Amino acid sequence: MAEHTIKAFDEEIDRLRGLIAEMGGRAEAAIENAMLALQRQDKKLAAEVVADDKRIDAIEAEVEKLVIQVIALRAPMANDLRDVIAALKIVSVVERIGDYAKNIAKRVPLIATNKRTLEPIALLPSMGQVAGEMVHDALNAFAARDADLALAVIERDTVVDDFYNSVFRTLVTFMVENPKTISECAHLLFVAKNIERIGDHATNVAEMVYYAATGQTLPERERGADIQPED
Amino acid sequence: MTQEQTNLTIDNPKMSARDVKVFYGEKQAIKGVSIDVGMDHVTAFIGPSGCGKSTFLRTLNRMNDTVASARVEGEITLDGENIYAPSMDVVQLRARVGMVFQKPNPFPKSIYENIAYGPRIHGLAAGKADMDVIVEKSLRRAGLWDEVKDRLHDSGTALSGGQQQRLCIGRAIAVEPEVILMDEPCSALDPIATAKIEELIHELRGRYAIVIVTHNMQQAARVSQRTAFFHLGDLVEYGVTSDIFTNPRQERTKDYITGRYG
Repeated sequence: MAEHTIKAFDEEIDRLRGLIAEMGGRAEAAIENAMLALQRQDKKLAAEVVADDKRIDAIEAEVEKLVIQVIALRAPMANDLRDVIAALKIVSVVERIGDYAKNIAKRVPLIATNKRTLEPIALLPSMGQVAGEMVHDALNAFAARDADLALAVIERDTVVDDFYNSVFRTLVTFMVENPKTISECAHLLFVAKNIERIGDHATNVAEMVYYAATGQTLPERERGADIQPED
Repeated sequence: MTQEQTNLTIDNPKMSARDVKVFYGEKQAIKGVSIDVGMDHVTAFIGPSGCGKSTFLRTLNRMNDTVASARVEGEITLDGENIYAPSMDVVQLRARVGMVFQKPNPFPKSIYENIAYGPRIHGLAAGKADMDVIVEKSLRRAGLWDEVKDRLHDSGTALSGGQQQRLCIGRAIAVEPEVILMDEPCSALDPIATAKIEELIHELRGRYAIVIVTHNMQQAARVSQRTAFFHLGDLVEYGVTSDIFTNPRQERTKDYITGRYG
């Protein structure tokens, strides 16, 4: 894209995009480490994920400040306007993604207190991986202003939703058969729900990217996992 | 022809231009512009210096007739009537299609006379009482009445720049025009005076078809409902103002409004 006549404007846009790239990278790492901590029952790693979330929150505040400054001082138009509005909305969503990862990490010690093997835990890493990749791709799509990649992220949300329904059933069955694990399984259910929400939020980011890249908004779709009532 | 537009035609256009070309001697300043201007919205013409927006504006009330080397081709209609037809009375046309210029240019006469001059030569007032009504109504519509009602016989040139410009708008209004053309009406004014003119434009909308040429894109965004972007004599894009400023279709429009031009 051609440069602005006013160079400082380009510098501010670059800084904005740089901050969002960093924030996205940190959110991805938080998801990955939270899942790893859960799998390995690694309390130290879990505590790191919780601590690192502060930086994600700080970036959100920094981006908000910068966006307000750009709107006030540069009066951005057209694709510039769409970029800064998308940036403002994306950071609040990525901040939520960070919170979900933090919430997963906070549950690790509660699940790790029990040495018994919880079979359903095995389902969660792949689910976490799909959601993490959605976050990764949504932010890559923002960096590249790639509407097609954003659409591909949105389509993948059903994979996470299906995962959630499957984990839900498995955990319910497991709890019926092993009533002593109900406390841990309840935490795992929240972990699964958190991952499912991360997928939804990655989709929200992708929708904003699509808007910023094309100027068109996508039609409203059904959000959240569709929980089938058990017979 | 690279001209591409959205929403080219509108319902019940007040003025329509079709394939209008303007030449200054050998040089072509306007390369075949077609556009409709309606009563219900303010239309802004934007574009870099030399793009032809002012030249095109001036074709709408034949102000280019005063430039010896200028030649206009194509068709421009006012209520369906060709304004370049030999039968068209140019003086009458300019009463119907009034103009406000970049620099406020009140006559070196009293405030009252500035307004009364046009109605008098067009025979719009039957007598003094009639004229008083026209002067008050015009100054009220121009948002100037309260500021000048006690000194109507002071010189118009003694007013501030912003007041002078509103006086010029009042002067244009006084002859009951149908269309008002404004050629950068605020570029010589401070922000407060500019805001007053913009508010006035907003109030006059619907009563007159208003076309404004402006270098200030924020102003185009604030006052207009339709925006036309001109570049090198072409009408590059014409559309709903909010669309033009959030999602322009043409690369040249985007580069210009985002400050990437040149």
